[in-house]
Amino acid sequence: MNQQPENLRNFTINFGPQHPAAHGVLRLVLELDGEVVERVDPHIGLLHRGTEKLIEQKTYLQAIPYFDRLDYVAPMNQEHAFCLAAEKLLGIEVPRRGQLIRVLYCEIGRILSHLLNVTTQAMDVGALTPPLWGFEEREKLMVFYERASGSRMHAAYFRIGGVHQDLPQKLIDDIEAWCDPFLKVVDDLDRLLTANRIFKQRNVDIGVVPLREAWEWGFSGVMVRGSGAAWDLRKSQPYECYAEMDFDIPIGKNGDCYDRYLIRMEEMRQSVRIMKQCIQKLNAPDGKGPVVVEDNKVAPPRRGEMKRSMEALIHHFKLYTEGVHVPAGEIYAAVEAPKGEFGVYLVADGTNKPYKCKIRAPGFAHLQAMDHICRGHLLADVSAILGSLDIVFGEVDR
Amino acid sequence: MDDAKLDALGQTIVSALPGAATGHSVAFNQLTVDVEAARIVEVVKYLRDDPNCRFVNITDITAVDYPDREKRFDVIYHFLSPTLNARIRLKAQADETTQVPSLIDVFPGADWFEREAYDLYGVFFVGHPDMRRILTDYGFEGHPLRKDFPLTGFVEVRYDDQEKRVVYEPVRLNQEFRKFDFLSPWEGADYPLPGDEKAGPKV
Repeated sequence: MNQQPENLRNFTINFGPQHPAAHGVLRLVLELDGEVVERVDPHIGLLHRGTEKLIEQKTYLQAIPYFDRLDYVAPMNQEHAFCLAAEKLLGIEVPRRGQLIRVLYCEIGRILSHLLNVTTQAMDVGALTPPLWGFEEREKLMVFYERASGSRMHAAYFRIGGVHQDLPQKLIDDIEAWCDPFLKVVDDLDRLLTANRIFKQRNVDIGVVPLREAWEWGFSGVMVRGSGAAWDLRKSQPYECYAEMDFDIPIGKNGDCYDRYLIRMEEMRQSVRIMKQCIQKLNAPDGKGPVVVEDNKVAPPRRGEMKRSMEALIHHFKLYTEGVHVPAGEIYAAVEAPKGEFGVYLVADGTNKPYKCKIRAPGFAHLQAMDHICRGHLLADVSAILGSLDIVFGEVDR
Repeated sequence: MDDAKLDALGQTIVSALPGAATGHSVAFNQLTVDVEAARIVEVVKYLRDDPNCRFVNITDITAVDYPDREKRFDVIYHFLSPTLNARIRLKAQADETTQVPSLIDVFPGADWFEREAYDLYGVFFVGHPDMRRILTDYGFEGHPLRKDFPLTGFVEVRYDDQEKRVVYEPVRLNQEFRKFDFLSPWEGADYPLPGDEKAGPKV
């Protein structure tokens, strides 16, 4: 078996774009030495839709639905970043009930995303049951989306100045009733995976990222928390009413795939904790009131009002044709999306359309480190690492 | 951080890097520092290593296109300092031929952001080892986020059943692309309004 070195050649394989573990349309060109990965070259852009170009041609209201289609497993968190950016430029503050509803639905989005990620990562490393259990809960959450906004995924529910419509009391009660049984499902998943020998063999000490590298590669969210940074925008730069919520930020010690999995599990529990507080505050007397700013130059009048008042009719017409004029300026607004820091860099020129809207997607920064993280790992670890980076192609390709 | 502290930080940065950082401003509680494109690496190194800054996390690199300006692009860098809990925005002016030094040696995470800015705007970064297009199609021509690039693009693709492959053809629109202009005609439209073309120039 003593071959001459010149007869040895690295093996190049094409992983994806149609591969179940590629989490969408990722094409990886892998250079292998035996089973050891020597180089990874991710080819992205297969789902590029020109979102940023399209947004420049639309009014601010028309831009919101594009954000649902970025990270399509947690749509409302994306809309949130855009609304925050526009609201800061306009200098308006969302009414309290609107803020509470936003926080409630952002946490639902976080659970939606983490459920998908944790369970499909388990599937990537060989377990089939977790996705079946997790997707049952996702289905229930999507029904909550639908009951608030009318659509299961592409909600367009967060509007500049608040949210589109108030929640019916029955929906709030149903979400409350969902919380405790869900914690049991999380416990079930926990029992299924956390101590599982195969799951641990595939994830512990795989894809280790030291904290310094995590920062300089532009990581955020779970990817830096897994490496030990106590950094969460909801705590460190609180937006909406996160400052008054009581919740903990789990952080990891080792920066490997397993730590990131554990953090996501704990974040789901913390999200439920925040949701319960939101519901309690929504039911309290000071949680009642408008869900969107009452300024009709920004938010349209209610439908009933529009049928009777000429003034309201004019406002409605102007808002849905011409749209809001956002004063000139530039702003970077970021939210703690489930996958990390989702930011919107918005340049307004005083007209009704954004001059420039750069979408900073966390998955984009995470995926570019694939080569760095995967080098020296085995081929089978590539899918485990990819799973724990939490990539959704809607936001990477934009 | 409040505005006064950000302003002080901006002043410190500008005075520490004469010639490289040319000015600063604070708006909406965010610090912007104008920098000279050719000396961006020096500025970023200072921001990363100075104990009063510690901007160790690269958030974003992008560009903004102002076609009427002599140097049409603003190259925008965002950094985050977890120590200070503050963000900073660097702004450098460039045109189609300016060679902006790449940050990849200071921040490996600049890799794809620079490739994206090159792909979508055509800003050149020198020193980047792998300046390929990233988001657009293999063999794409032009830089789609430039303001003079049409929304509909130039080519469209379809699967050709005879040739058994995907073919590229010039875009053919069955209907002219309709760009609705909803800006209020009472508030300063200085051009003929749609449908008003025959009325002659306004006096």
